[in-house]
Amino acid sequence: MNFDLTEEQQMIRDNVREFADNEIAPGAAERDRTGEFPLDLVKKMAALGLMGLPVDEKYGGAGADYVSYLLATEEITRADASLGLTYDAHIALGIAPIYYFGSEEQKQKYLPVLCSAEAMGALGLTEPEAGSDSGATKTTAVLNGDSWVINGSKCFITNASYSKFVTITALTEKGKGTRGISTFIVPTDAPGFTTRSGYEKLGLHSSNTTELFFDDVRIPRENLLGPLNNGFKQIMQVLDGGRLAVAAMCVGIAQACLDASVKYARERVQFGQSISKFQAIQFKLADMKKNIELGRLMYLKGGWLKDNGRPYTLEASIAKLFCSEMATRAALEAIQIHGGYGYMKEYPVERYLRDAKLLEIGEGTSEVQRIVISRRLGL
Amino acid sequence: MNIVVCMKQTFDTEAKIALDANGKINKQGVSLIMNPYCEFAVEEALRIKEKHGGEVTVVSVGGPEAQDALRQALAMGADKAVLVDPGMEEVDEFTTATILAKAISGLQYDIVLGGFRAIDDGSAQVAGRVAEILGLPVVNVVTKLEIADGKATATKEIEGGSQVLEVALPAVFTAQKGLNEPRYPSMKGIMQAKKKPMEKKTLADLGLDAGQVAPKVKALSYFLPSARAAGKIIPGEPADAARDLVKALREEAKVI
Repeated sequence: MNFDLTEEQQMIRDNVREFADNEIAPGAAERDRTGEFPLDLVKKMAALGLMGLPVDEKYGGAGADYVSYLLATEEITRADASLGLTYDAHIALGIAPIYYFGSEEQKQKYLPVLCSAEAMGALGLTEPEAGSDSGATKTTAVLNGDSWVINGSKCFITNASYSKFVTITALTEKGKGTRGISTFIVPTDAPGFTTRSGYEKLGLHSSNTTELFFDDVRIPRENLLGPLNNGFKQIMQVLDGGRLAVAAMCVGIAQACLDASVKYARERVQFGQSISKFQAIQFKLADMKKNIELGRLMYLKGGWLKDNGRPYTLEASIAKLFCSEMATRAALEAIQIHGGYGYMKEYPVERYLRDAKLLEIGEGTSEVQRIVISRRLGL
Repeated sequence: MNIVVCMKQTFDTEAKIALDANGKINKQGVSLIMNPYCEFAVEEALRIKEKHGGEVTVVSVGGPEAQDALRQALAMGADKAVLVDPGMEEVDEFTTATILAKAISGLQYDIVLGGFRAIDDGSAQVAGRVAEILGLPVVNVVTKLEIADGKATATKEIEGGSQVLEVALPAVFTAQKGLNEPRYPSMKGIMQAKKKPMEKKTLADLGLDAGQVAPKVKALSYFLPSARAAGKIIPGEPADAARDLVKALREEAKVI
């Protein structure tokens, strides 16, 4: 056993933490209010090599491992969960399928553009009638001469307004269920492709959430990603990595809840003493700390397995399930500790709650995670 | 243009200082950083290198843990690092400066940079002593530095203003806040830092023995500042309140 991070992992975590504290955190509340997408911050992150952190240097990445990426995700999300989600979707969903399944030519063409954040990464999977049941995809791709013709729509897609191409799933063979789905790289400027970002969301306001519409969109034959009809399997693999990133995001939010709550509890005086002296408050904080440590250990274990080429589907599901539920709980407790002030926008904890809730839903709901885990029990 | 940066690892600015059972500063579990003034020096060295070419070497005196601070400088873009472990518990400014000067004398340098002081002991002596030993001119508390034609034009802080000095190279400069805004190391920089040379030396490697660097100053005791008492608000009309304030300053605080 060895629980030490490597020197590089520690340095990446510490430097991203400092960057997050100095550059990301100060504007987070304001961005939550305005919903403005922080392109300037994304560019700064790209200049530091963060936007292609776990990608090989030959494709414009920084060549770090997935654990480093998860640590960075936690720190960014601790400062601003909207940017954390942007970062998760960019790398774990946008870059990952091309990096894992792309041909050498596709990787050379698309990855450098993503690593430099010239284009944001995005994955189009969910549809109005295909959420947890992602095999129920209705979007179709039909080969016509040397082109694929795509029709259909996608919803809740992160980053697509700032993308130049989106990886999407589409039905390529009817009646074969999940074995009739393929993935394609679709340029956003292809005629018939429209993106719309009109959602009014509970939280994560400055992340970009879009709908995609495909109306006879023609893309070159070579934009198929990986083998035909292999898309569902590919996406499940991508989601395993995404679930670890979501788990890391959750730990970031929970850590922000704890930091804000400890600070407030020390300052707030009631009944003649700081409320941090009351065991009722101490126990809430102790539970938060316990859950954060457990959650962090679990996402790090998943990341370690992934970096070592071992299976980690189960661990990713456990991490995602545990961390997302504990983050929402941490945010609720943080508000409780803050009392009436916690309900006000003057303090950050109400934002943490609104942001945390999505993480029990996106990239596989808690219920889907429980299905994944119970299947491993042979049920 | 070869630049050497003297660097110190210090406690994190947010670290809580506590004393151990022996009355010494407790280093257990404290996170350590590169002294912020040294960070200005490293940044300035990198900017000079980017403009004029050359090589940046960072040098530190300390135990194995000081490698972390050196590695941070390498990640920012420095080319190589030298760490001298003095192998002794107590050192003073004489010890550190003597070792640094000896280490630097074995390197090629046009410019030697350092923080003007460290945030821990705040003595602001080491760089000046290094300059003295090496027989180099030194400009302290520099807020602007320009290099051209083998000369440096340095702006330094003086009481109530600033002074612009021209000095022939090689020379020593100490960095003050405002000299620059240090960069964050890039992720690629971090990944490459481990591949850059880090030379670890002992006193013997430098041709020194413990006697030559034995500290001349001994810390007799350490104590924490007394806890700050709660403030006092003096109520009443301004004239009465002012009288009460003067009385309190004279009789209670005994400061006037």
